[in-house]
Amino acid sequence: MKTTTLEPIIREQPFFSGFEEKYLKLIVSCARNVRFDEGHVLFREGDAAEQFYLVREGMVAVEVMVPQKGLVTVQTVSEGDVLGWSWLFPPYLWHFDARIIRPTRALAFDGKCLRTKCDKDHDLGYELLKRFTHIVVDRLEATRLQLMDLYGTQT
Amino acid sequence: MAPRLESAERESVTDPMLPAPCRIQRVRNETDDTFTLELEPLNGNRLFSFRPGQFNMLYVHGVGEIPVSICGDPANTQTFFHTTRVVGTVTRAMRRLQVGDVLGVRGPFGSAWPVEEATGRDVVIVAGGIGLAPLRPAVHRLLAQRGRYGKVVLLYGARMPQDILFPRELERWRGKFDLEVYVTVDRATGAWRGNVGVVTTLIPRAPFDATNAIALTCGPEVMMRYVVRELQRRGVGSDHIYVSMERNMKCAIGFCGHCQYGPTFICKDGPVFRFDHIESIFGKAEV
Repeated sequence: MKTTTLEPIIREQPFFSGFEEKYLKLIVSCARNVRFDEGHVLFREGDAAEQFYLVREGMVAVEVMVPQKGLVTVQTVSEGDVLGWSWLFPPYLWHFDARIIRPTRALAFDGKCLRTKCDKDHDLGYELLKRFTHIVVDRLEATRLQLMDLYGTQT
Repeated sequence: MAPRLESAERESVTDPMLPAPCRIQRVRNETDDTFTLELEPLNGNRLFSFRPGQFNMLYVHGVGEIPVSICGDPANTQTFFHTTRVVGTVTRAMRRLQVGDVLGVRGPFGSAWPVEEATGRDVVIVAGGIGLAPLRPAVHRLLAQRGRYGKVVLLYGARMPQDILFPRELERWRGKFDLEVYVTVDRATGAWRGNVGVVTTLIPRAPFDATNAIALTCGPEVMMRYVVRELQRRGVGSDHIYVSMERNMKCAIGFCGHCQYGPTFICKDGPVFRFDHIESIFGKAEV
């Protein structure tokens, strides 16, 4: 019987660019392929954050419910983007909603599985944390720019 | 004794400080606070030509004069377009003007986008908010001679979906197979199904060859700062990035010094600068 592995797919993701082979082999067992239709709610604020997603195709809206305004999209993630880092930090709960706005294919990584492997191999943990920190910093910068109301009359 | 000019000769000598009367042909509200004027010189025989990126000084009689970039198609020499946002006394008065009213116009002034120098290269255009207006003539020119360039990519960011400038034109451009258009907004509710995030987030994934690209950017200065950084991170050299600067321009010919920017005058040496020429003073609080 022919078996397939996600390793080649994971390797070609920008997030894992330059990731050592031994670590790829370690994390591949935590990954699975997922596919979602438009309108599907991936998670809601307060849900358990048990995984993160690497979007291969499609688009996901990160939303927050604002009283009087309804759902406001604060960010979209698409091909090559990482969605979610709440799986990394206690209490492991999502802080936003995520909804599919274009049919999406992604890799889903099991957070508990990854945390266990990182606890056993701190080098792997450090490598993953560096990559997530980079994303967090990028997002923080983008959020600051959004807060500045860049294109408004006051800038 | 200086030779006396015949009257016909006197008319042909253009005084850069003398506004030419131009009639408003059309007024179009673009967004809540942005509008476009289509102008025609009162002397109907006069052709109006400009280079993409240049600006005119628009004078509302009895109110004041402001610099506004020219945003139409440079191939159109009969009428010309100005899109501006209502931000002060002059633009408020300008918005109240109607078809048939007359404005004073001086120009065109300033430097231009390097559309000729971009020949043989990919061109990436990054615009934010009303910064799309000064880049629009460059897009027209690039499309008019599309075969000369590699990929042409337009990245545009606006505050909200309803703030997107020239939405029909963006859709038309996006529909062309030889121009890639990506639009993003800072916040969205309801039916918006496009990107949400600042315009800089579009740069890492935009389809262009950074080693052989020319980048043109216009928008608020703080936006351009982060755009430049992201372009450099992608591998575009400072000598291949062009920015359009904005300051308090008064005379528009480098006399008054109001728009002095380090060793340059924005009205005369700019508004379009190659980034490496101003890199040392760009983003500084005071120069």
